[in-house]
Amino acid sequence: MVFILLATIPPARADEFAALLSGLASDSFAEKEQAVIALGKLGDERAVVVLTALKDGRLIKAPDGRVLVSDMTKLTDPTTGADVSGVTADDRIRVNNRLRGAIEGALGQLTLFSSAPAARLAAAQDALRHPSADQATLLEKAIAAEKDPAIRAAMEQSLLASRLFSGTKPEKLAAVRALGTTTEPQIRNLLDQFRAAPDNDRELQHAADAAIGSIENRLRLVSLAASLFEGVSLGSVLLLAAIGLAITFGVMGVINMAHGEMIMLGAYAAYVCQQLFRTFLPPAWIDGYLVLAVPVAFLFAGAVGVALERSVIRFLYGRPLETLLATWGVSLILQQAVRSIFGSPNKEVSNPAWMTGGFDAIGGFTITWNRLVIIIFCLIVLAVLALLLNRTRFGLHMRAVTQNRAMASVMGIRSPRIDALTFGLGSGIAGMAGVALSQIGNVSPNLGTIYIVDSFLVVVFGGVGNLMGTLVGALSLGIVNKFLEPVAGAILGKIVVLVAIILFIQRRPRGLFALKGRTAEAGG
Amino acid sequence: MVSLAPAYPFGPRKSAWSPGFWACFLACGLLLAVAVPAINLWMPPNSAAALPDYLVPLLGKYLCYALLALSLDLIWGYAGILSLGHGAFFALGGYCMGMYLMRQIGTRGVYGNPLLPDFMVFLNWQKLPWFWWGFDHFAWAAAMVILVPGLLALVFGWLAFRSRVTGVYLSIITQAMTYALLLAFFRNDMGFGGNNGMTDYKDILGWDVHQPATRLALYLASVAALGLGYLLCRYITSSKLGRVLLALRDAESRVRFLGYSVTNAKLFVFTVSAILAGIAGALYVPQVGIINPSEFSPGNSIEIAIWVSVGGRGTLSGAIVGAILVNMAKTWLTGAAPETWLFVLGALFVLTTLVFPRGVVGLFRQARWTRPRAAAPVVAGEQA
Repeated sequence: MVFILLATIPPARADEFAALLSGLASDSFAEKEQAVIALGKLGDERAVVVLTALKDGRLIKAPDGRVLVSDMTKLTDPTTGADVSGVTADDRIRVNNRLRGAIEGALGQLTLFSSAPAARLAAAQDALRHPSADQATLLEKAIAAEKDPAIRAAMEQSLLASRLFSGTKPEKLAAVRALGTTTEPQIRNLLDQFRAAPDNDRELQHAADAAIGSIENRLRLVSLAASLFEGVSLGSVLLLAAIGLAITFGVMGVINMAHGEMIMLGAYAAYVCQQLFRTFLPPAWIDGYLVLAVPVAFLFAGAVGVALERSVIRFLYGRPLETLLATWGVSLILQQAVRSIFGSPNKEVSNPAWMTGGFDAIGGFTITWNRLVIIIFCLIVLAVLALLLNRTRFGLHMRAVTQNRAMASVMGIRSPRIDALTFGLGSGIAGMAGVALSQIGNVSPNLGTIYIVDSFLVVVFGGVGNLMGTLVGALSLGIVNKFLEPVAGAILGKIVVLVAIILFIQRRPRGLFALKGRTAEAGG
Repeated sequence: MVSLAPAYPFGPRKSAWSPGFWACFLACGLLLAVAVPAINLWMPPNSAAALPDYLVPLLGKYLCYALLALSLDLIWGYAGILSLGHGAFFALGGYCMGMYLMRQIGTRGVYGNPLLPDFMVFLNWQKLPWFWWGFDHFAWAAAMVILVPGLLALVFGWLAFRSRVTGVYLSIITQAMTYALLLAFFRNDMGFGGNNGMTDYKDILGWDVHQPATRLALYLASVAALGLGYLLCRYITSSKLGRVLLALRDAESRVRFLGYSVTNAKLFVFTVSAILAGIAGALYVPQVGIINPSEFSPGNSIEIAIWVSVGGRGTLSGAIVGAILVNMAKTWLTGAAPETWLFVLGALFVLTTLVFPRGVVGLFRQARWTRPRAAAPVVAGEQA
């Protein structure tokens, strides 16, 4: 027989633990119950093993009076953790329903001392739900032992909540004031309960009122901030989808119904890049695929755009409705082509590690990295585009051709080439939007159709031929959508926005930021 | 840019009701209204020329599409209004008829509820919503088939034309309109059956919708509706109003400066067109046996434009020919080689706009008349 000491046990506690164990072995259920409750309060990790075993009927009384935990294969001494399989055990320690209840309670308290941080955190948060005097002493102990600051904070919060219902008056007051600075709906409910308690004097009542008020204010701010962030996030997605269109439709006046498919092609480019990285490169490099996907998507969608302009659209300048129909046909062909190549089921493009997860901003409102990255990406695209249009030779030529094609040609600008490049630029940006969209949803052949109506509305709403208008249009549509959602529901909210835009276009048929004067006539 | 569109696609105005036209019209009418039922009823079922019963509703469906295409050609071909939401009027007419047919089911539904359609019982509705009132009477439903699309078009058109929303902007907001309706009708709590729509009809006016005789009657009703719709459109386009429409299609501001009320002319023709589309939808639903929100999808509405383009825009008869041709091709291809259908449809869109802007009927006329004619109607000019 080999005895192996697995754990080092603080001696003072060890005695108490051993004494309580022998209490468990008692014949009276009342004594057992007392021992269980005491074990629960002890805050000793070994008690978890013992109590679980007791609950499952695996706790055994050895002939020498020791209490042993039986596993399917071996016996262990819970005090030392040693394997004592040689001992012949005779007696299973019995439990009744009342005792089972006590065991559950004790186990719940004991998880505060569990070695797994997640379990401790869960227990600390759980303690918030049923505060009591017993909890308070346990929590004090747990706080003293806790190293992790986040868990300790949760425990302290639960401790304060427990004091609300069990502490002395100064303690209660302090607890109310401290809890008033938090931002959790649960604490607000607790304070409500506390306020309704009959034995409070006026001072406590007032303190509770003030605390509830300040929590509610903060909660309102948090939900406002959350809606705002979601709105900006949706707006950035809309903006990305619409920037390309703002160029092809806004600047060139081409109704490109295949714009959504350019987005879709970009998303598939991201998918292909991911698959290539998975197949040919070491797994450590996989996170880099997105860096490659952005230029690849830009070039690919841009090339398709140039081809589309050269083969179809250039014959239809000045005939917007025909352009609309022809490009719709192109969109059907592109969709079906992608469906034939990749199949119709959704493809999954996974976030790189640096874009997964998020961080907790305040009060249970999480900002996810992928959304944040998309917002930033979108702003970068917009800024680069603005620079390109206003600070480069290509941008100058582009604006010249838009404003007066004949004059630009006379000045030596090759306007057909500028047309093709401009269209390619708009399509390429749509392709990059597709890469961004692949990070927040699935990639499917009809990805583009989801965004086409929205993108057109953004451009029309913001005003044709105006990047600033597109930015304002996209952000305001996104934010309005997200603020309507909690009031009217997601679908009804969208309907309201659509109807509002239809009405808005009646008032200002040329959008928020309409071009004025002669350009308006020519550009329309 | 001012377009060089032809003065009038039909040539001199008096030819609109010439004996030649009537002969042609009656010949086509007889073919559809007499020959088809005769072949269906009296040809032995196993002969080569037989028309099986299941094809009758299919032909009826094509005719409904033809009426829908006709309604779009009236506004697009003649007034330059490309509505990309015409499927919405079609679907609304269809829903009105669907509601009547649902009420006719009575206690024969799965739940046997005498008052509520199955989907309402399923959703635990206690009583019929107010907008279902009257739909157990055919006359009310028929009135609604005309009123609902008509009123929507009137209000929408009034808002849009009054503020001079034209061209592409109008196309986009009509598309937004049908998209909004699509989303709305997908909602279960709208009381129109949610995404499943309405189906499982039993009777129409006391006759079983599944009986071949009823189906033949519905087919004949479609022929009649199409014929009357065609005459109405021809009457409108050959009238003085029709000339105003053509003029405003090509140079809206000039027509306005000449003192015509562009808004009223457009509003009138848009509303008539929506009503025709609604009637087409109402005839369509009992023949296909279902109406659901997918009829509102923007893609469907754009497809109507391609039927018109293929047949020949601004010719009326072209819209009918185009709708029937394209849909026959669709039926055949989606059965024979489903994955090629979208390629073909897409190619149709591109080719008709690039290579055959006059469509089938336009090509035919071009071939028939040797004397030089101006180009097919081209919408440009003041289009935005």
